[in-house]
Amino acid sequence: MNDQKKIDRTRRNLLVATSVVGGAASVCAAAPFVASMWPSERAKAAGAPVDVDLSRVGPGELAVIEWRGKPVWVLHRTREMLDSLKAAEPKLTDPLSKASEQPPYATNEYRSLKPEIMVMEGVCTHLGCSPQLKTAEARAEMGADWPGGFYCPCHGSKFDYAGRVFRGAPAPTNLRVPPYAFVAEAGLVIGEDKATKGA
Amino acid sequence: MAARLWSWVDSRMPSLKQEWRKHAAEYYAPKNFNFWYFFGSLALLVLVIQIVSGIFLTMNYKPDANLAFGSIDYIMRDVPGGWIIRYIHSTGASAFFIVVYLHMFRAMLYGSHREPRELVWIFGMLIYLTLMGEAFFGYLLPWGQMSYWGAQVIVNLFGTVPFIGPDLALWIRGDYVVSDATLNRFFALHVIAFPLVLLGLVVVHLLALHDVGSNNPDGVDIKKYQDASGHPLDGIPFHPYYTVKDLMGAVAFLGIFCFVMFFIPEVGGYFLEYNNFIPADPLKTPQHIAPVWYFTPYYSVLRAVPPLFHSQFPGVLAMGAAVLILFFLPWLDRSPVRSIRYRGPYYKSALAVFVVAFLILGYLGTESTTVWGQFGFDAFFLDTKDRATWLARLCTVVYFLFFILMPWYTGRDEVKPVPERVTH
Repeated sequence: MNDQKKIDRTRRNLLVATSVVGGAASVCAAAPFVASMWPSERAKAAGAPVDVDLSRVGPGELAVIEWRGKPVWVLHRTREMLDSLKAAEPKLTDPLSKASEQPPYATNEYRSLKPEIMVMEGVCTHLGCSPQLKTAEARAEMGADWPGGFYCPCHGSKFDYAGRVFRGAPAPTNLRVPPYAFVAEAGLVIGEDKATKGA
Repeated sequence: MAARLWSWVDSRMPSLKQEWRKHAAEYYAPKNFNFWYFFGSLALLVLVIQIVSGIFLTMNYKPDANLAFGSIDYIMRDVPGGWIIRYIHSTGASAFFIVVYLHMFRAMLYGSHREPRELVWIFGMLIYLTLMGEAFFGYLLPWGQMSYWGAQVIVNLFGTVPFIGPDLALWIRGDYVVSDATLNRFFALHVIAFPLVLLGLVVVHLLALHDVGSNNPDGVDIKKYQDASGHPLDGIPFHPYYTVKDLMGAVAFLGIFCFVMFFIPEVGGYFLEYNNFIPADPLKTPQHIAPVWYFTPYYSVLRAVPPLFHSQFPGVLAMGAAVLILFFLPWLDRSPVRSIRYRGPYYKSALAVFVVAFLILGYLGTESTTVWGQFGFDAFFLDTKDRATWLARLCTVVYFLFFILMPWYTGRDEVKPVPERVTH
């Protein structure tokens, strides 16, 4: 009975080594399963740029374009809409879009290449719902001081006509501006710009 | 014949009889169980209902973004008995949460989470978390508007985690947006992975319970007084006494269940949301979006927290904390007594206020933030003038204070003397 109490060091070390190697192998075996949950090659390939015919978007009108499965808004802003941006500024979280995502050519007061054409990802920066256009006419519902803009039905975030978020909304930053470029007079391409095309 | 067959089995597998005795025929439960003690066995019943109805739904359901919505329609219209099986499953989902919430509330009433039953509580909480995951994955499958946008919001919750968030959300979706890949994996998780975990946890929950024995409405230890054969004087064998009692509960429960299923399966948009009768449209969020009622208290907490440092992560953290804080209940409660019958006014009023706050949060989560209009005045601290948002903030604070202050108010509460043995 005495020798049962004595630990055979060699055997114990072998046991520990086997367990460690076996454990490591089991962890490694998880790799293909984890990897299989990343986007497939087919999903990755489906992100091509899309063309938009601007002549079909009249003043004050909003077109919703699908790009990479996401809604992208093309809003033809009227003079009143552009004027409302200035008035909204004191109520915004990030009026200069410093903490927000947009290409360098859209880092300006209108957040766009051309003032009248707004191109914006219609995906709330809070949790990814798609906000809705609420013009100044929707004051009955949005409150008397509503200057017009977008309203997210999920969690109540409000944005102006440049996708800039109003204070007090759960969305932390302004809406994202996708890369885009104008081609010819009435054409717009979403998903690529001079920078990405040159690359 | 039957006796010989039984003895044939018993001689080869005696553990069958032993386990039956240990967990039913000779599991001594306190004799003073009341109404609140129905919900454990009812939860088990609903689990069985969900598994059986779920198996039959998968026979006709198609986990494909192009076919899913249509296959539900097909089940409802063309499959013989399909409509009833689907309504069983959808009513069962809500019933599961009703039963589980009442079961958890019972523990808070009678101190069933207190020492030595902390592990029973923790396994129970893990069941609750798994159930939330199971419900969430299942809700995407009909591929309606609410399915789609609900999944979009919940997956994006993970996207707010600093640094790894966007990659994590991408990995969960398996695509840049909620898509066919997401639907397919949620189907796999809903019908295989999570039910298996759920069943395992239920077994562990019951094993842990049967090791320490059931609590009771008086919160007294029944093992203190035993008869000559070592059985508790205040205990009765689970079978047949409580199997019969629970059968009565099951009959009443199934009566209500069937009424809902046959006459009001949508329950005014609470059990089945109207927007989910519209196929998923990735380009258009419905006018009003809210999760199903059982998630709305936490959803309200999420909405109530304003963004900090240009990040919505604090709101997500608060929502997560609101669920996870329940795990610590056994240690937050410092009262010398278990049952609410012998507790003082502090705990009783705190629990009452907590329940009201939880219900208000639940209600507000089903409505839009503008449901109660806006304040008529302006002030520097009003970042939003929506009355409902401010009420949700107040209730969120109450919700957390109930837990954070618990060590203090339960420790100082006046308590009544606890009887030696159970009362009736």
